[in-house]
Amino acid sequence: MSLVLARVDDRLIHGQVVVGWGKTLGIRYIVLVDDKVRASDWEQDLYRMGVPADVDVIFASTAEAGPALAQWQADRRPGILLTADVATMAQLCANGGPIRRVNVGGVHHRPGRSERLRYVYLTDDEAAVLRGIAARGVEVTAQDVPTAPPVPVEDFT
Amino acid sequence: MSELRGVIVSHAAVAESLVTAVRAITGITDALVPVSNDGCDYDALEQRLAAVLDRPAVLFIDLPGGSCLTGAVRYAHGRTDIAVVTGVNLAMLLDFVFHRELAPAEAARRAADAGGRAIKVTAA
Repeated sequence: MSLVLARVDDRLIHGQVVVGWGKTLGIRYIVLVDDKVRASDWEQDLYRMGVPADVDVIFASTAEAGPALAQWQADRRPGILLTADVATMAQLCANGGPIRRVNVGGVHHRPGRSERLRYVYLTDDEAAVLRGIAARGVEVTAQDVPTAPPVPVEDFT
Repeated sequence: MSELRGVIVSHAAVAESLVTAVRAITGITDALVPVSNDGCDYDALEQRLAAVLDRPAVLFIDLPGGSCLTGAVRYAHGRTDIAVVTGVNLAMLLDFVFHRELAPAEAARRAADAGGRAIKVTAA
């Protein structure tokens, strides 16, 4: 099964991920790629609180994640990879890595971003980065929960 | 010392509905404040909390994991004037509004006990 979802979501591990996607996909591990969380033991404990005991959580920095992608992809269990922002996901998709689909699940409003979908706000640069990922052959869609229809990247960037 | 503030942090409109219910039952209007995580990343949720936290407080969170808890604990981390309780229910809030003279940690423990005692399976 390996990584069945690579998701950009600034809330990282939360209800939509654990319950919405996690139950639907039957996930058994979550990879959280975030430099700040990787460096904070108490934040890691906090994120683990939202995850069932039978689901493993792996915390990785961006630098650690690149070389480990193939290993996670080879895992026989279904798993989810999360990044909090577009830039980190772009780094993981660079150089022809194993991520073939990217789900934009939640990027909320901040100064400089404009609304693209109810749950997706992007700067023009972030939109361009997503189009760049797609231009390398990666399928990029927005979809907050499994029951919602996926929105192709060209329709929200 | 001023009385504690209770802040309910929830998905969607759960917090607002709980505040309305406590007001309807007790008539107490100044004890609780609702905060929804709608449309928030963690920085935005922390800003919403900062806007309502003007005194020592107990944060009542809907679920024992997820974005409401993460945002609340990130905000309260290292602070002794804020305590956090998860699994908010009406029973714990009804207890809390009558015990706001306690220290935050003590009020949180008391509320959690009251909320837990309210969960029962009854005969049909």
